[in-house]
Amino acid sequence: MKSLPSTGEKQRLLPKHFVAVVALLLILLLISVLMSLAFGSRTIGLGGLMDGLFHPSVESHEASVVRQRIARTVFGLICGAALGVSGALMQSVTRNPIADPSILGVNTGASLFVVCGIAFFSISSPSEYIWLAIIGAMLTAIFVFGIGSMGASGATPLKLVLAGAATTAILSSLVTAIQIPRMNVMDQFRFWQVGSVGSASWESVQIFIPFLVVGLVIALFVAPALNALALGDEVATGLGVRTGVVRIFAAFAGVLLCGAATALAGPIGFIGLLATHVIRLVIGPDVRFLMPLAALCGAIILVISDVVGRFLGSPGELEVGILTAFIGAPILILITMKAKMKSI
Amino acid sequence: MPTHTFETKHLQAGYDRKIILDDVNVRIPSNKISIIIGANGCGKSTLLKTMARLIKPESGDVLLDGKSIHKMAPKQLAKILGLLPQSPIVPEGITVADLVGRGRFPHQSVMKGWSKKDYEAVAEALEMMNITEFADRAIDELSGGQRQRVWIAMALAQQTDILFLDEPTTYLDITYQVEILDLLTDLNQKYGTTIVMVLHDINLSARYADYLFTVKNGKLIAEGAPKDIVTAALIKETFALDCQVIQDPVSNTPLIVPIGRHHI
Amino acid sequence: MINETMNAIIKARKSRQRRYIFVTVLLAVITIALACAMMMLGNTIYPVRDVVRVLFGETVPGASFAINEIRLPRTVAGLFAGFAFGAGGYIFQTMLRNPLANPNVIGITTGSSAAAVFCIIILHTSSTVVSLAAVIGGLVTVAIIYGLSKGSSFSIGRLILIGIGIQAMLNAFISYLMLIGKTSDLPTALRWLSGSLNGAELEMTFPLIVAVIIATPILIYFAKHLEMLELGEQAATSLGVNTNQTRAILMICAVIVIALATATTGPIAFVAFLAGPIAQRLVGVGFSNIVPAGLIGIILVLGGDLIGQFAFETRYPVGVITGIIGAPYLIYLLIRINRKGDI
Repeated sequence: MKSLPSTGEKQRLLPKHFVAVVALLLILLLISVLMSLAFGSRTIGLGGLMDGLFHPSVESHEASVVRQRIARTVFGLICGAALGVSGALMQSVTRNPIADPSILGVNTGASLFVVCGIAFFSISSPSEYIWLAIIGAMLTAIFVFGIGSMGASGATPLKLVLAGAATTAILSSLVTAIQIPRMNVMDQFRFWQVGSVGSASWESVQIFIPFLVVGLVIALFVAPALNALALGDEVATGLGVRTGVVRIFAAFAGVLLCGAATALAGPIGFIGLLATHVIRLVIGPDVRFLMPLAALCGAIILVISDVVGRFLGSPGELEVGILTAFIGAPILILITMKAKMKSI
Repeated sequence: MPTHTFETKHLQAGYDRKIILDDVNVRIPSNKISIIIGANGCGKSTLLKTMARLIKPESGDVLLDGKSIHKMAPKQLAKILGLLPQSPIVPEGITVADLVGRGRFPHQSVMKGWSKKDYEAVAEALEMMNITEFADRAIDELSGGQRQRVWIAMALAQQTDILFLDEPTTYLDITYQVEILDLLTDLNQKYGTTIVMVLHDINLSARYADYLFTVKNGKLIAEGAPKDIVTAALIKETFALDCQVIQDPVSNTPLIVPIGRHHI
Repeated sequence: MINETMNAIIKARKSRQRRYIFVTVLLAVITIALACAMMMLGNTIYPVRDVVRVLFGETVPGASFAINEIRLPRTVAGLFAGFAFGAGGYIFQTMLRNPLANPNVIGITTGSSAAAVFCIIILHTSSTVVSLAAVIGGLVTVAIIYGLSKGSSFSIGRLILIGIGIQAMLNAFISYLMLIGKTSDLPTALRWLSGSLNGAELEMTFPLIVAVIIATPILIYFAKHLEMLELGEQAATSLGVNTNQTRAILMICAVIVIALATATTGPIAFVAFLAGPIAQRLVGVGFSNIVPAGLIGIILVLGGDLIGQFAFETRYPVGVITGIIGAPYLIYLLIRINRKGDI
């Protein structure tokens, strides 16, 4: 983050390799989408794919399988994109390389609210889950940031992670405690929790879209200011940035995106962490470019994880969240190993 | 007043395969105060730690009375040789008397409780360091200078003939620096304890040391009584600093007066 | 003058010794009371007389089955697992000089859980092999976390972060196993997610009992060395402690008992984390608190289990209760540490 070019310097219009990276990501995206459409409990050949996608008149079984998978794939894409952007936002706001919804316990906060909704208010539709999840995510985020940023050194990765871990522990105990006496809640909640992207429908996409748009628009507006924020609060203030306002908006957008994604897809961790770090490694720390590419990258990771989960879990399916934790956690470890001790 | 020979033979040591000390041969004068000085990163602290067996040498050896310290039983060695690290850790909430009592570890067997000798040693150490009044206080409540006295008291309770100290005056106000060095001198005079320490301040070193070791780039470049070896040329060589050496009006030891680019 | 000082020191030390003994005895009494309650309470309440008769081999209609088959195994598992978590957690916290560095937070119990669940669901092994696997899983997890966090300079912070990362992976692995497992194996395996004394069997507890009986004297023997380690690597070395050897022995003992406890009851949340600090509070510092910490571990487990069984309409596993009690304390501790500004 510190290697950011100072604003006075003449800047290149685009970061190095930007075009090449975008092209590569788009190709990967295309491949992952095709894989998601083709693979599953039943593998579809190229012909069936083409029929399903471009020939609405063809009524073969293969074509209809592909059509069913479209909603799921689209949902996976926007969900991954939302999580990628959310990760980039949270990392910038906290100036902390490992801020990720799952590490901060935000997912569990969303879970607790959803389970309370199911248990005490008999809520059962996704359009209602989403609000509960977002509120739960927000409150948890505020709580964890609050504890993690106490003290002189501010929100160091270690403090945030520990605050997140402690909060997750309490919340998940509560989730279990609410579930155990209520078998029906347990059933419904389990369905939500392993919902992954497998159960996604066009309805989920529809519910998600407004949240996605609001989150992305805010993200676009605050991106330049986040670049300044990366240089520290004093410098940012000196550059004329209203740090408090930027923080609140960026954090709001970040939580909105991941809360909505969690509400609809269940807890999926580490995508924001993974996507943001991969992209930053390639194109550098400029948030304006980082954010859209992290969105692309997040979408690819989620869709591919979903496809791989279909294989590993067969005959059933493996939750996306399990896979992303498995590839994401080593990144957390790598970052920790590389980090200088003072910054931890 | 027991005397010991303590010497290093062709000592080579360092961290992470990086050699910091290269072929160092020192012989610590028994029952005297020796001070090791040198620029930052020259290896003086590494030398002290290697002599106190905190770092295992790559080659060469450290001999106490002719025996390699790495071949001695840790507890036996700890009865003769003590070290006060630069930043020891204070367990939360521990009282002064308790911490000082931990210095008795090498003298106690694991199963037995405290003996009269243990209590005596702790009481004596507290008295000597003037911290009796704090005996039941938690260390967290004490000031930096008081804390350092507690740590030295712990090393005293260990009742070793040789005591190493790694920069015992760092982070202390000048008042406390002088106080600590005075107390160490008391210790040396009363019990004949051989004291070896690393110090930053050249002038205090020249005043309090019976014997000085000067280290540069992991090698010993000069040793001897301060008044014999501290010269402008040596300081220039060791610290790359121009200076004048005058006589300390208080102690008649060498006093260096640095020469910068301004105010000449 | 010297004599006065000496007498003052002796007095202070004796009074603290008395406090240590008093607290330890008190804790032991509470432990016994809880164990009795565990034996007496249930669907039917049996008087002490019946419990004693059953324990001495007499057959009391009704009581014999409930006590021998259900309550005794449950109580024994709680006793030994509680002690193992409490004492083992205390060893870790003291050795690493950080209350946060305990088997729960850095994921050693998760390592044991993952190995145990793997054996149950994939390999369908006997309970002995499950115990062994849990121990190996715990030790390997420690080795990996420690190895990765060593790097150029060791730091507790890095160790904790890496531990949390490893824990996330292991949890994902456990979830995966649960998903592909047969439904019939799930109840057994579920125990590894939140600890529980339900369905405890004496036979399964046996390895833990042996380990605790062997490890406890070793831990007590090294308690003084552990006190010296608290002063830091360098000070401990200069006091004559062979730090590497001491650390290895203590670490291995602690991991083995904790791993076996995990294999028996699952990772009962926060017991390993809470016991040490509570013992410190009650007994004070300056003495090694291994035994008090172990007793508090037992009290937490048995007490939590009794609350879980009888305080509410529904029965909750002990892990849920200790989780709800323990996590707020963790947060309180974090707030305090953060205010002070050093982790």
